[in-house]
Amino acid sequence: MNFVLNDALAGLAGGALIGLAAAILLLGNGRIAGISGILGALVNTSLPATWKENALFVAGLAAAPVAYAAIVARPDIDITTSVPLLIAGGVLVGIGSRLGSGCTSGHGVCGMSRLSPRSIAATLTFMAVAIAVVTAMRLVMA
Amino acid sequence: MRSIVALVSGLVFGVGLVVSDMVNPARVRGFLDLFGGAWDPTLAFVMGGAMAVMIAAWLIVSRRSKSLLGHALPGHPAGTIDARLLGGAAVFGIGWGLVGLCPGPALANLFLGGWPVLLFIASMLAGMMAFSLLNRAA
Repeated sequence: MNFVLNDALAGLAGGALIGLAAAILLLGNGRIAGISGILGALVNTSLPATWKENALFVAGLAAAPVAYAAIVARPDIDITTSVPLLIAGGVLVGIGSRLGSGCTSGHGVCGMSRLSPRSIAATLTFMAVAIAVVTAMRLVMA
Repeated sequence: MRSIVALVSGLVFGVGLVVSDMVNPARVRGFLDLFGGAWDPTLAFVMGGAMAVMIAAWLIVSRRSKSLLGHALPGHPAGTIDARLLGGAAVFGIGWGLVGLCPGPALANLFLGGWPVLLFIASMLAGMMAFSLLNRAA
C-alpha cells in the first residue's frame, strides 16, 4: 500500500465537498446528485421538465475545474488507455450506468449513505468488477 | 431558484473532484489496482468524506416532508436487487476499470482533459442514447 497523509486529507476534504454538493441538491431541490441520471435525462428521447437545472448542474461541474486551474493549480489528468479501450470504456459506462440506474455518485455517495440495499449491491458489484478489470489488465500487460 | 441551487451544487461538486484528485484517472485506477503492490487508498477517503456529509443530509431529510425550498423529496429506496441492477453495475464496472473515468470526473475534465476525455464523453453519451432508444423500444 502507498499511503500518503496529504493525499488522504485532500481526499477527505474533497470528498466532504462532493457530499456538500449532493446535500445542497437534496436539501434545496429534493434531487439526488446522480451524475449519470442527470446527464442521461439530458440525452433521453424525451426531455424532462427539469432539463434546465440538469444542464446548469453539468455546466457548473465542467466549469469549476477550469476556474480552479486558473486560480489555484491545474490538476493532472493522466490517461494511459488506448483509443479502442477509451471508446469501449465510454460506451460501457454510458449503458451500464443507465441500465443499473446509477454510478459512483448516485449509488456510491447518495444511495449508500441512506443505506439503500440496491445502491450497496450496485456499488459492491461495480467496485469488484472494476478491480477485476484493472487486475486482469495488469496481468495481460505483465 | 432551483436553477441556482443546481448550478452551485455542480460547481461545488467539480471543486470537490479536483481537490480530492478524483479527476485523475490514474489515481482512480491506483485505487482499483488492489493487488498491484502500490495500492492507492485515496478514493476510500473521498467516499468516506462524501458519505459522512450525506448521512447528515439524509438525517435532516428524514425529519422533513419537503426540501428546505419546499420541493418534493425522494421516496424511500426500493428494495429489489434484480438482474438489471447488478448487470448494469457490472457493465459500468468494466468501463470504469478500463479507463478510470466515471460520469462525474469525465464531465469535470471536459475542458482540461483534451481529446481522450472528449472521446470518452462522446462514447459515454452514445451509450446513454443507445440505452434510451433500446429502453423505449422494449
